[in-house]
Amino acid sequence: MEPKTEKHLSTDEKAISKKRLELPFHIVKRSNIALWKKILIYAAALVGALLLSAIICVAFSPKSGGSSKNIGDFFKFLFNGAFGTERKTWLFLLEMALLLGVSMALIPAFKMKFWNLGGNGQILMGCLCAYACSYWLGGKMPDWLLLIFMFVTAVAAGILWALIPAIFKAVFNTNETLFTLMMNYIAVGIVLYFRAAWIKNGSGQYPTLKAGILPALDQYKALLTVIIFVVLTILMFVYLRYSKHGYEISVVGESVNTAKYVGINVKAVIIRTMILSGAIAGLVGFFLIARTGAGLSDNSPNNMGFTAIMTSWLASFNPLLMFLTCFFIAFINKGMIQVSTGFKFTNNSIANIVVGLIYFFVIACAFFINYKIVPRDKSGNKQDLEKKFANQIKGVK
Amino acid sequence: MFKKILALALALMMILGCVAVLASCGKKTDTPDNTVPDPDPVPLAELKTALITLHGDQSTYDKNFIDAFKTACANKGLTTEQYSIVTDIPEGDQCYDKAAEFADDGYQLVFADSFGHEPYMLKAAKEFKSVQFCHATGTQAHTAGVANFHDAFASIYEGRYLAGVAAGLKLLEMYDTDNDGAITDDEAKIGYVGAWPYAEVISGYTSFFLGVKSVVSNATMQVRYTSSWYDEKAEKQTALALIDDGCKLISQHADSMGAPTACEERSIPNVSYNGATGTNTFVIASKINWVPYFEYAIDCVINGKKISADYTGTIGTDSVQITALGTAAAEGTQAKLDEVKAQLVSGALKVFDCSKFTVKNAKADTSAFSKASFITMDEEGHLTAYLADVDDDGTYTGETNVIKTEGGITYFAESDGRSAPYFDIIIDGISIGAAVVVEE
Repeated sequence: MEPKTEKHLSTDEKAISKKRLELPFHIVKRSNIALWKKILIYAAALVGALLLSAIICVAFSPKSGGSSKNIGDFFKFLFNGAFGTERKTWLFLLEMALLLGVSMALIPAFKMKFWNLGGNGQILMGCLCAYACSYWLGGKMPDWLLLIFMFVTAVAAGILWALIPAIFKAVFNTNETLFTLMMNYIAVGIVLYFRAAWIKNGSGQYPTLKAGILPALDQYKALLTVIIFVVLTILMFVYLRYSKHGYEISVVGESVNTAKYVGINVKAVIIRTMILSGAIAGLVGFFLIARTGAGLSDNSPNNMGFTAIMTSWLASFNPLLMFLTCFFIAFINKGMIQVSTGFKFTNNSIANIVVGLIYFFVIACAFFINYKIVPRDKSGNKQDLEKKFANQIKGVK
Repeated sequence: MFKKILALALALMMILGCVAVLASCGKKTDTPDNTVPDPDPVPLAELKTALITLHGDQSTYDKNFIDAFKTACANKGLTTEQYSIVTDIPEGDQCYDKAAEFADDGYQLVFADSFGHEPYMLKAAKEFKSVQFCHATGTQAHTAGVANFHDAFASIYEGRYLAGVAAGLKLLEMYDTDNDGAITDDEAKIGYVGAWPYAEVISGYTSFFLGVKSVVSNATMQVRYTSSWYDEKAEKQTALALIDDGCKLISQHADSMGAPTACEERSIPNVSYNGATGTNTFVIASKINWVPYFEYAIDCVINGKKISADYTGTIGTDSVQITALGTAAAEGTQAKLDEVKAQLVSGALKVFDCSKFTVKNAKADTSAFSKASFITMDEEGHLTAYLADVDDDGTYTGETNVIKTEGGITYFAESDGRSAPYFDIIIDGISIGAAVVVEE
């Protein structure tokens, strides 16, 4: 019975096409895409996302009190959040610079396909060490010496927190994703532990610092941080693009076996690169504390270790493109705080929805850049297409 | 191999070193200026005021502030364009940044609602002298000497004492079957779910306990901490553990519905905080009402008067409130509460009347965080002197004797030296149970 049925079906091509669920389009991988098309796709997504966000905000804004907000207000607040005043502009640049710094900490590892999700923990350990130096040694030595202590210990702590999973990955091939992620929680636990151990007044707050504060080059104490991380980003670009190390990182990222074959010491590259990652994360931690002498908290990294994953991915691990992605994400973050306040929202749920939506649109773009959607042939079935190709091949022959 | 990294690190260090040297050369000394004249009055139509909160209105704590702020602004006739609320601002530089942004934008009065916002608000106050910065629950304003920085709290212990009276009456209703006003020790055991072992929580549960004790003299209370201001699971399981330990009534100082839910499941009466829970076992709740303080501060700015550096709202100013009684409350509770409240308002009754409690256990305590060295007591164990850590000078030791005598009553003067609570003694009759290991 069965062979007969099969034979029957294979001869009746239309029966097959009727049984299959056929979409009116199909997806084709793009081999290449023109830059203007790429930019156009991103721009379209951005405009679409912002318009949708504006509509959502207007729809949800509390109507009581007689002040209704419109779509124009949304864009006004969004822009003002980042550029409304001189202070806001500097704070925006600061957030962008810090985000750049964390992205720089992540990309060398990402380029060799080492998924370092431990940015938060590495930054936090840097914060803790910088804070501890100032807290215990402040006033006992000149400020410049203290700053050097803070800097060295913060970078060392960042390195340590990155090195532990790196060694385990290199030697035992453990899963670095989980390992680095778990290291974040340990760092939080350590920060909370020392809070209980050091801060005896029961306030549950690390106090602000009086010593070991970086000098201000400008009124808003942002310029120094901006300069350092912009320079670092350019250095990272050069390092990854033109140095031997950078080349080794990309070979290991492409294929570990190829790397081994050409004589690259993969273990050394993993460990070396994670040391670099950790050092930069620790440096960010140092700046978070020493810029203003802020008190430490388990949320000091402000989740940048995760935000920077997005800025890195969106920029396809290209440091120079990260100026764009960090600009964009810092802009949206700052802008949405202003929108929330302006639209009289009394919690950040709407802002979170909107930020998530915008991210989603932009990430979805990657799909349309890598693939294109092609409508089906009018006759609409695969067999016809195959016949067509077969005829074409015959013609060529 | 490390050359590049090393070179980079050294270069950065050099840059940092240079700027640090430059900075230490140009250091200025700033002396606090105490002789500030009254600020200029701000016409109501030009007033702009802002509130900075730690979380959004999904947190009962912040919602209490947000609602009160809106009410106060509406009561004072401010339009919605004249006030702003910015939520979810962490206790860090972001708080200073927001406060400074509001000052830049011409706001004359900025509030913040969380304890950890204080150093950042203080920093903004030092920079923007013409803007008034008000901060709830803080401890530094009365010693900081910054004319435009102000702390505020409420004598919530009065509300908790009243809630304790209602709880005591409930215990009598349940167990005093022969109507002689006495119940057994087992029946007089109550439980308390606390967030953290901070003075604010200790002061709260001690006043609640003293309220219960004023009705049921042999009452004892077990306290267990959850180490979180908001952890529904931990609060519920802690309440259940207390009930399993034989506690006949539960109260809590934490922000979730965890404990009220546990009480509802086991049909145990619950005395709540921040607002009515709507459960069948709900007896009463106390809460801080921030409207009077917001209105007071707005009035000060409009009239060009100085805002008190350290404001304590009381039950007399309606800053401390108790809710309407729940269905579980005992008969005759309202009349009793009215009577006690009148005594509190007149000053005839002091919550922390030293003759009503003893501190022998605290004096004998030798643990690391012991307050024993600050306690002086008489033979019976009543406090005669206590050095509280009223002034936040960074030493974390008591420096101010807070035991006062007024109208023949020797009492612990809570929220007197400063608005934020500093009663942190574990009095006799209260025991601290182990924290509950939360099961997922």
